[in-house]
Amino acid sequence: MRGTATALRSELMGLSGIVERNTYIIKRYIWWELAWFVWTLANTLTIVFIAKGFEQAGAKIDVNKATTWLLIGALVWSYLGMVFGLLVEMVQWERWEGTIEHTFMAPLSRSMHLLGTGLFGVLYGLVRTAALFVVVAFFFHLSLPGADYVAALVVLLVASISFIGIGMMTSVLPLISPEKGVQLGYIAQGLLLVVSGVYYNVSVLPGWMQALARISPATYALRALRSSIIDGKGVHALWGDIWPMLVIGIIAVPLGLEIFRRGERYAKRHGKLKRSG
Amino acid sequence: MSSTSVLSQPSFDRAVPAVEVSCLRKDFRRREGLRLRLRCVSALKPVTFSIERGECVAILGQNGSGKSTLVRLLSTLLLEDGGTARIFGHDVFREPRRVQRLINRVSVEASFFKRLSAFENLSYAARFYGLRRRETNAAIPRMLERVGFPLERATGPMEDLSRGMQQKVALARALLTTPALLLLDEPTTGLDPRSKLEVQDFIREVRRVHDATVLLCTHDLNEAEQLADRVGILHRGELLCLAPPDELKHRYQAETLEEAFFSATGIALGEDEEVSE
Repeated sequence: MRGTATALRSELMGLSGIVERNTYIIKRYIWWELAWFVWTLANTLTIVFIAKGFEQAGAKIDVNKATTWLLIGALVWSYLGMVFGLLVEMVQWERWEGTIEHTFMAPLSRSMHLLGTGLFGVLYGLVRTAALFVVVAFFFHLSLPGADYVAALVVLLVASISFIGIGMMTSVLPLISPEKGVQLGYIAQGLLLVVSGVYYNVSVLPGWMQALARISPATYALRALRSSIIDGKGVHALWGDIWPMLVIGIIAVPLGLEIFRRGERYAKRHGKLKRSG
Repeated sequence: MSSTSVLSQPSFDRAVPAVEVSCLRKDFRRREGLRLRLRCVSALKPVTFSIERGECVAILGQNGSGKSTLVRLLSTLLLEDGGTARIFGHDVFREPRRVQRLINRVSVEASFFKRLSAFENLSYAARFYGLRRRETNAAIPRMLERVGFPLERATGPMEDLSRGMQQKVALARALLTTPALLLLDEPTTGLDPRSKLEVQDFIREVRRVHDATVLLCTHDLNEAEQLADRVGILHRGELLCLAPPDELKHRYQAETLEEAFFSATGIALGEDEEVSE
């Protein structure tokens, strides 16, 4: 019993080490982080302005609703980019800095390593996404009196489980392909969102893409977030979208860990677990 | 144990040798130009040796002779293609987590997040070994002082430090986890003479105070002769001999270790071999 508690304490300490390291990195690169925030803001605005553009072109739409609809898509894209980005760049960055061997030879279980990275991505992603939401909402004078922000937070946290699981799957790519692995990770992010109705309703997609949308956690996350922010639906009313995300998360996390474990074995077999790949 | 030790050394059987390597072999497959067929390169031919607890063994060899491959195999960063390796009785390839708790490594490259400070790099790395913040807050300054690192530089970015200073931080990082086996992969390469001597003094102290076993890979003959109880010559992945320096000189009828190396391999130590990994 005591041995188990000690082992668990040690594992959690390792996980906190990953969060601590990423916090230091963000602090040391704070000006770059601000610059990136400005880029994300500009990118979000280009999408959200589309609603105003349609109104000006004569379309009969509820601009406030359409703006919020597009904003939620852009926020989820940004949030997913943060979680995926941290996971997929984890190996690449360590390789660049030359710390990859030290990290992979430390007595830190790979699950804690990956979960720590994912956890930091979720925490930092939430802060950035909230800041982005506030700035854009002010910019467009969005009126969201009935929004249920607690339900939106719950949805995003539940969705994050499966996002971390899928992120783990993509994070193996730079391990087995040091040259192009990161780019492939971003392709996975784009593909996930294109079938999930990021800026449109899933019903406009061709049948085969709609089938893929059913197994994408982002589909349920986007729908539930829009329902909570625009229609003010609470957690109870969103359960129909929450449980599929939980199921996908329960499958995606162990699957992601197993895929990474196999990738790590491949890298160890072929000598790719080093700074030059 | 010294007062600077933070982590109590993990339990291990003191009766068994520190390192037992038997017929250990590693091959790499490399593509040649545009050819589809892969060429098999033997980085380490079947190698057998053992190191007693508390002993310091130096392995001499040119670049590409297999020294780093040997260290990376023992560090759990590579999987073997044949043979076995045990560290304090634990199978390196089947019980990697147990082995990782017993070892640490200092390599030729400064493996740090360069924007982070020495303190930050040591702090998060110690967390991977289960050390708490309150333990490291006190131990890191002590350890840095011991390696002769000026504490006033401990909070500035690593990129502003000289190579010698970075290497001292690397030694402090390794010592912070109280390794029973210290793997040193060319730790003084590229250092100025004074830093070199300081690092060498520190290696002696580590053996004396921490009762650590040391495997030192180097191509510095003087360093090997001064620090090691036994010296091995690794040539094209083959361990040609492993004996005390005087015995080696006697065996090859040489007056110096350099002559012994030349007699054993037919080439001078400064010449490079093909990099096999």
